[in-house]
Amino acid sequence: MTAIAVPGGGVGRSGFWARISQGTAVPVLIVVLAILAVWYLAAVWLNAAWQLQIFSRGEGGWTWIDFLAGTMSQDRPLLPAPHQVAVELWNSVVGQNVTSRRSLVYHAWITLSATLLGFLMGTALGILLAVLIVHNRAMDRSLMPWIIASQTIPILAIAPMVVVVLASIGMTGLVPKALISTYLSFFPVVVGMVKGFRSPDTIQLDLMRTYNASQNQTFWKLRFPSALPYLFTSMKVGVAASLVGAIVGELPTGAAGGLGSRLLAGSYYGQTVQIWSALLMAAALSATLILVIGILQRIVLARTGVRP
Amino acid sequence: MLMKPISDTVISANRLGLTFETNDGPVHALSEVDLDIRKGEFVSFIGPSGCGKTTFLRVIADLEQPTAGTISVNGMTPEEARRSRAYGYVFQAAALYPWRTIERNVALPLEIMGHSRDERKARVARTLDLVNLTGFEKKYPWQLSGGMQQRASIARALAFDADLLLMDEPFGALDEIVRDHLNEQLLQLWARTNKTICFVTHSIPEAVYLSTKIVVMSPRPGRVTDVIESTLPAERPLDIRETPEFLAIAARVREGLRTGHSYE
Repeated sequence: MTAIAVPGGGVGRSGFWARISQGTAVPVLIVVLAILAVWYLAAVWLNAAWQLQIFSRGEGGWTWIDFLAGTMSQDRPLLPAPHQVAVELWNSVVGQNVTSRRSLVYHAWITLSATLLGFLMGTALGILLAVLIVHNRAMDRSLMPWIIASQTIPILAIAPMVVVVLASIGMTGLVPKALISTYLSFFPVVVGMVKGFRSPDTIQLDLMRTYNASQNQTFWKLRFPSALPYLFTSMKVGVAASLVGAIVGELPTGAAGGLGSRLLAGSYYGQTVQIWSALLMAAALSATLILVIGILQRIVLARTGVRP
Repeated sequence: MLMKPISDTVISANRLGLTFETNDGPVHALSEVDLDIRKGEFVSFIGPSGCGKTTFLRVIADLEQPTAGTISVNGMTPEEARRSRAYGYVFQAAALYPWRTIERNVALPLEIMGHSRDERKARVARTLDLVNLTGFEKKYPWQLSGGMQQRASIARALAFDADLLLMDEPFGALDEIVRDHLNEQLLQLWARTNKTICFVTHSIPEAVYLSTKIVVMSPRPGRVTDVIESTLPAERPLDIRETPEFLAIAARVREGLRTGHSYE
């Protein structure tokens, strides 16, 4: 990669600031600051009622400063302030041994392992179904409606049944959660890959016909490479859905650990700070997974000569 | 039923017809086409849009099925000819696979036909040299100009040494300067390889400059209105296009195109 001068960059200003303002860092930072501001305002507003009750029970007066500080430091606030969540995150990620049940890393790993297993199974299943659908008209007509119907069933209704039924035949732990992840993540892959396998235009398919290429050759030399960009896009959607599936799968098995059980425990005991830090952990996990797939996408597509 | 072909006849069409059934009723893409193409000829098909020139090429290539009459390619049905890889086809667009380098694009038919790695390498080098693309082996299609991409697609059609080359307006999307240059190169290539070439175009100068035989077609229904055997010498510099002989043939082609339209 060669450095290319940015038009208008560095005119009358130092190069550093010019470069910063051209990138995505500044816009992202502004959005983050806006979210934090809204969050603080919402925390004050939502926690105000409880704070006023505390003041009314105590004796003596209070100032606006006391009030503001109070809304942001309650034990079980309706909405914890960002810094409370940050402190909880710090304590439960860095402050604990990773093998401890109090460590958020421990719970995140439990969820992540189910997510990854389910995601791999879902991607494989999705590609397999897409291959069948593209190559067989009967499959296209018979499978596609069911695949779409499968996603109209609320996962929250199915997940406990899957977990309970599998537990009754002795399957607990990772597999039931991974299956729920599979159920959610195969769908974007099927839809994306069907579109991808059908993306070669007539002229490219005609070309294969003039060579008297077999269906197999047409698939590996034309349809599959054409579908690669679609694969990565649908994998990004699929991995996020997979994480949701794993968390939902953990809700019915509260005690077994994972971010889902952390959320459930938090809501049982009114530990809103714990809920929010688990939520942020899940979001960070999801973002990381999507980032990893994005990097993988860039490497693979660069090796297949896609225009940079 | 196939007619017994004369020994050097490559393509023989007999009362060939093709009707597409559409929602607006039948469309007669080809009607009563009789044509013989001999080995080593350079045949241009010229006519306005909808005259069936591309359809005829696609019938030869077994990409469309005729609904009337018979056609033989190398004495076989078009399907048998396709299965025996009797022809190379050059489309209107280069249709190079963007994830393959130029050399791997040219090697694509060779991979499909099961040539060995060494054989592929030798043939790719040879055909890239034929179209003057040596040195661009490792480039991806987007790194090449439109004319170079089309040359690469011609190399791909030549790579497996079919004796018949079917070209469907290969230079239609290119500007005139590039087109002149490629026409010159195509003639040289034809002289060197002694292939039979069927070439679809809607440019009169291009058809006259390239061909030994010009098939003039007209639409609704698509049919052959005139077949002109060119009297131009085999050696054709670009400035042959200013000679009276050239202009006479061009005038006859233009006349043929006009009579095809007279019923409108």
